[in-house]
Amino acid sequence: MRPIKWSRVAINLTVISLIVVWTVPTIGLFITSFRSKDAIYDSGWWTIFTNPQGAFTLDNYEQVLFGGDGLATAFLNTLAVTVPAVVIPILIAAFAAYGFAWMDFPGRRVLFITVVALLVVPLQIALIPVLKAYLAIDLNGTFLAVWLAHAGFGLALATYLLYNYISQLPKDIIESASIDGASHFTTFRRLILPLSLPALASFAIFQFLWVWNDLLVAQTFLGTDKDVAVMTSRLVSMTGSRGQDWQLLTAGAFVSMIVPVAVFLGLQRYFVRGLLAGSVKG
Amino acid sequence: MQPAGAVSTPPPRGLGQVLATGIGRVLVSVSVPIVAFIVLWGGFIFLKDSGAPRIVIVVVAIVWGIGGVAMLYVVANWLTEKLPTVWRGRILPFVFVGPAVAILAFYLLIPAVLTAWASLFDANGKEFVGLANYEYSFTNPDMVIAIRNNVLWLVFGTLFSTGLGLVIAVLVERSRLDRLAKTLIFLPMAISFVGASVIWRFVFSYQPAGETQIGLLNAILGAFGIAPVSWLTGEPLNTILLVVILIWGQTGFAMVILAAALKGVPDEMLEAGRIDGASEFQIFRKIIVPTIWPTIVTVATTIAILTLKIYDIVYAMTGGNFSTQVIATLMWDQAFKFFDAGRGAALAMILLAAVTPVIWYNLRQFRGRAI
Repeated sequence: MRPIKWSRVAINLTVISLIVVWTVPTIGLFITSFRSKDAIYDSGWWTIFTNPQGAFTLDNYEQVLFGGDGLATAFLNTLAVTVPAVVIPILIAAFAAYGFAWMDFPGRRVLFITVVALLVVPLQIALIPVLKAYLAIDLNGTFLAVWLAHAGFGLALATYLLYNYISQLPKDIIESASIDGASHFTTFRRLILPLSLPALASFAIFQFLWVWNDLLVAQTFLGTDKDVAVMTSRLVSMTGSRGQDWQLLTAGAFVSMIVPVAVFLGLQRYFVRGLLAGSVKG
Repeated sequence: MQPAGAVSTPPPRGLGQVLATGIGRVLVSVSVPIVAFIVLWGGFIFLKDSGAPRIVIVVVAIVWGIGGVAMLYVVANWLTEKLPTVWRGRILPFVFVGPAVAILAFYLLIPAVLTAWASLFDANGKEFVGLANYEYSFTNPDMVIAIRNNVLWLVFGTLFSTGLGLVIAVLVERSRLDRLAKTLIFLPMAISFVGASVIWRFVFSYQPAGETQIGLLNAILGAFGIAPVSWLTGEPLNTILLVVILIWGQTGFAMVILAAALKGVPDEMLEAGRIDGASEFQIFRKIIVPTIWPTIVTVATTIAILTLKIYDIVYAMTGGNFSTQVIATLMWDQAFKFFDAGRGAALAMILLAAVTPVIWYNLRQFRGRAI
């Protein structure tokens, strides 16, 4: 038994050192966000373990949220961008997935193949043409512009995944609903949506993380003005324009992480399930 | 609730009644969409110009955005139900798939065509220049560096995220710390690349020799008496260090998916290998890896796509300075900093060409697995 035990010790030690390597950078940021500017530049964050005096302050958070940087506004903007940008594409994709799976109409196959083929198009392709169209109709800089852009860039994958799920639902229940006189719309609302909840939830979590953490789409279609910008945009401009205010940057980074990390930890099970079903942004 | 004009199969009536009902129907059918439109338009104007407190605007925006889309579907469905049965059957499928198809056409299909077209024109889109933008893209020194960097991202990012993910998945399975380790290593996936970049600044930070090092790496070097290194200014080391941030973020993703695949490896196969006297490493190489190979390919291609399109980390860490630019950051610079639409478009097309075979392969693997 002895050699097996030693290999177990080795494995556990390796796992522990992996955990340390993976978490230390984040812990460093977390500690730094509670240190004063002087302390940050005078000593490494790890020194608080040997010299803990005067290490703790909430000033950074107060200043970054309500001071000149106004990250509180950016937080609200991120919220206003994210919630509809998650729900809208899922709703549209669910309707489309049902249509492709359970309705018969000319051109169904061609349209569906086109939708799947569009998975390959990187969103960079769309930036200039969509921006031009937005400017022409004076839509740029509005929430609607960003929601629809996120919907456009997420729809191909959402439709594809939800189609895979919805088309596998048992045929009998959908047919019996139709015999009972339910319209397609009623069937969809009363039957398909509740039954597809696991798939919808998995994709919702994924789209949520994607939109909340996005920089490129928000930066292009919402802009970097302080009033409208989302948190990622604000953080990047903080690193650029005043690269030396690290104490604010750390607090700001943490504010931007709280919500996705909480969602992630709370819904990890569904998220993993979604990943295994292939909810991977192409 | 049925609106007054929509009563079906009334008792026999005179011509005047029929006409009145008909007109009523038309009136209701027209007015409902108009009312819906006015409500939506009012919301749009409010959101655009209102000086209301931010929190009010945010709440209104969320309700208006989600409610508006739901309302459009309800109204469209309601309208089609007013139609004769034959037409209803023909039109209803397009109420369901139409919005998705229209949005995809507007946001991906038409832009792809326009971008392909624009890539053949000069900076202002006026003069036809043939393939000059592509020629520039492959000969300009900046661009050559960007392509080299994207290759570094692709090779190192994909190899290490997938490889480490696999090794950790195997190790963690045999450890009692599996739940904790999985959660903590997976966690960076919830953090934006921008946030991750801020985190890693405190690892790579550099001060000239003699001053206090506040970056973790240089502090560790200092503890061994080694002079500090300016990590992010020397190429190509800086790009590889940026890739480390991606690996930190993506290894957890690879680990979780590969760990699930490992559970699918039959125990009998592993036992048989052990009885035959194979070492644990041989079992890993000869049994485990071949069995879960399709999943490994799926994970690797997914991460490969991410590395080809990488943008945020470079933008947030170095801004593309010190020869760290990649295709996506150059594309953004050309399009929005130098306003050269032609070159920006050509770079976007190069990105499309690079990503297409990988996604195609990824989808094929995925379909083989799922169906």
